[in-house]
Amino acid sequence: MNQATTATGASDVAYNEDVVRKFVLAATFWGVIGFIAGTFIAFQLAFPALNLGLEWTTFGRLRPVHTSAVIFAFGGSVLFATSFYVVQRTCRAPLFGGKVLANFIFYGYQLFILLAASGYVLGITQGKEYAEPEWYTDLVITIVWVAYLVAFAGTLMTRRVSHIYVANWFYLAFIITIAMLHIGNNITLPVILFGGESFAKSYIWASGVQDAMTQWWYGHNAVGFFLTAGFLGLMYYFVPKQANRPVYSYRLSIIHFWALVFLYIWAGPHHLHYTSLPDWTQTLGMTFSIMLWMPSWGGMINGLMTLSGAWEKLRTDPVLRFLIASVAFYGMSTFEGPAMSIKAVNGLSHYTDWTVGHVHSGALGWVAFVSFGALYYLIPKLWKRERLYSLRLVTYHFWIATIGIVLYITAMWISGIMQGLMWRAYDDLGFLQYSFIESVEAMHPYYVIRACGGVLFVLGALIMVWNFIKTIQGDMRVEDEFVAPQSAAAE
Amino acid sequence: MKHEIFEKNTILLAIAILLTVAIGGLVQIVPLYTIDSTIEKVDGVRPYSPLELAGRNIYVREGCYLCHSQQIRPFRDEVERYGHYSLAAESMYDHPFQWGSKRTGPDLARVGGKYSNAWHTAHLIDPRAVVPESVMPMYGFLAKNELTFNDAGAHLATLRAAGDPYTDEQIAQAAADFTTQALGEASGGDVDALMARYPKAVVGDFDGDPSKVSELDAVIAYLQMLGTLVDFTTYKPEGEMAR
Repeated sequence: MNQATTATGASDVAYNEDVVRKFVLAATFWGVIGFIAGTFIAFQLAFPALNLGLEWTTFGRLRPVHTSAVIFAFGGSVLFATSFYVVQRTCRAPLFGGKVLANFIFYGYQLFILLAASGYVLGITQGKEYAEPEWYTDLVITIVWVAYLVAFAGTLMTRRVSHIYVANWFYLAFIITIAMLHIGNNITLPVILFGGESFAKSYIWASGVQDAMTQWWYGHNAVGFFLTAGFLGLMYYFVPKQANRPVYSYRLSIIHFWALVFLYIWAGPHHLHYTSLPDWTQTLGMTFSIMLWMPSWGGMINGLMTLSGAWEKLRTDPVLRFLIASVAFYGMSTFEGPAMSIKAVNGLSHYTDWTVGHVHSGALGWVAFVSFGALYYLIPKLWKRERLYSLRLVTYHFWIATIGIVLYITAMWISGIMQGLMWRAYDDLGFLQYSFIESVEAMHPYYVIRACGGVLFVLGALIMVWNFIKTIQGDMRVEDEFVAPQSAAAE
Repeated sequence: MKHEIFEKNTILLAIAILLTVAIGGLVQIVPLYTIDSTIEKVDGVRPYSPLELAGRNIYVREGCYLCHSQQIRPFRDEVERYGHYSLAAESMYDHPFQWGSKRTGPDLARVGGKYSNAWHTAHLIDPRAVVPESVMPMYGFLAKNELTFNDAGAHLATLRAAGDPYTDEQIAQAAADFTTQALGEASGGDVDALMARYPKAVVGDFDGDPSKVSELDAVIAYLQMLGTLVDFTTYKPEGEMAR
């Protein structure tokens, strides 16, 4: 075991921190790429000339680049980094499979990202949202994922503590469920097996209504397990650590864990309300989506209340502020989601930008913020620095990104609801009041505001990158301590 | 039961998780294959002709579904704007389905026959030339890219393996049908035989350039057949919708 992977902290276990460092750097890099891609396509909707008239730069080809970069490249790298960090420490055991398996997972996952992204730009896609990679890329990620399960579960099985810590339940649920969903949704027939000339092209085995249901069983649970269960694992380690408090309620964590993993899977059909999907399936989807509100808020309460008795830390610790604000955004999104799954509400919101706004309050407010909090926590630890280069810069990042999110989601709320109302508006004579293109025209100012929100979010991320570079270089900016106001500090 | 047993046994925890997450999907997906009424029995729906399939593959490749839905909901405003609400049967040969989840642009489930080939050509090459407020990207490159589909038979055979009822004759004639539909009588192909194999197919030339088959030809052929296969003057809904 060389210097880089030698143990730190109370235990003498030789933790593999090298793979965590690699994934932390990858997450930072892909985050910036993904945010810039999203902002660029947001500007395309406001100013279509930005599509550049080229095959490779249209909205249709770049949108999956954005979604895959933020979900799988950024979010995925954060999940790999934090799950490997957390599982080793909470099990007091080195990562199972050693450096070879860890490096295989890291480089295999980066290969998957590059194969997927290059495919999108060249027009290689399955045409299923968030499952765009074609069959050969699907196979690569399947192999990497099995290796991931072996490394993670292997570490759990070689643990030197008696209980599996709650964060690891969530990580394990995320890994297992994503494997099930990925395989179920990507059963596809490559034409090359039937004498076709194209290597990349395949046809999904399912079709029409069955394919739609399978896709949203997958698609909604990419949100449920990739972007929720995985990141709840993260929350259950980094919030207590940064706050230096125990998790609020052990009992609540058990109840909301099992309720969440059971209920989430059923929620997919709310993406298909009033479509050709049978009514019974839609009703099931709506019912379970509403029930899902409870375990979601169970997680939020457990996260927020961990700060119980230590609320003043929000004033003095901007890293903790990121973590706690993320849990608040999680609570807001998981309230809005069930509301939008009610058929009467969905009749208005579906197909509009309200949905896009909803997704981003979760993706930016919850997933990205909790990730930023964890990255700010990890960077000094992994590079053996006393602290971050600058906590003031973390504060700037927090407020600039928050203003960006607020601009984004309010613009999409207003414009999305406006869009839905314009489509169904009738004039006094009983004719449709607006042509479709009038609703497109009305969106323009909101698309500009939304894109500006994106610019602020990118700006915040670049401040974070600068802070990371200086921290890794070993610089420390001389700064005054954050002081809690007298009223809060006294007592 | 003590939760401790899951917290102390990785395998048991993993199995419990897998069983818990498997239930919802099984209940919601499996019956869609076994309950007969899931897909309506209607006349007219047929698998795609080779040219339409090529056009559909380009539609998928370009991510059109990210801004255009193909699914009309049974609301008064949607039915008036787009036409009869979509039937499950109408997308039964769609691998993958393209119902979409966002309408940055209008629904396309029944766009077939609503605009001329010349309009589609002008619109796809420069949307703002015909609709000034449009935010759609320009697809002029589709007109420039020559399209060959020599392995059309292999594509049809793949879809047959996935359950689409293509006949041996359709697979054998696929490459020829592709050219015949794209270029019409001028190609020397047998248009009548094509129409017998694919009723209601729209025959080209589509993009106004008979010198070659372009990607634009295929996309327009696909758009022009969307939503046209079922004859709604004779269609009788069953169940809920009949009331």
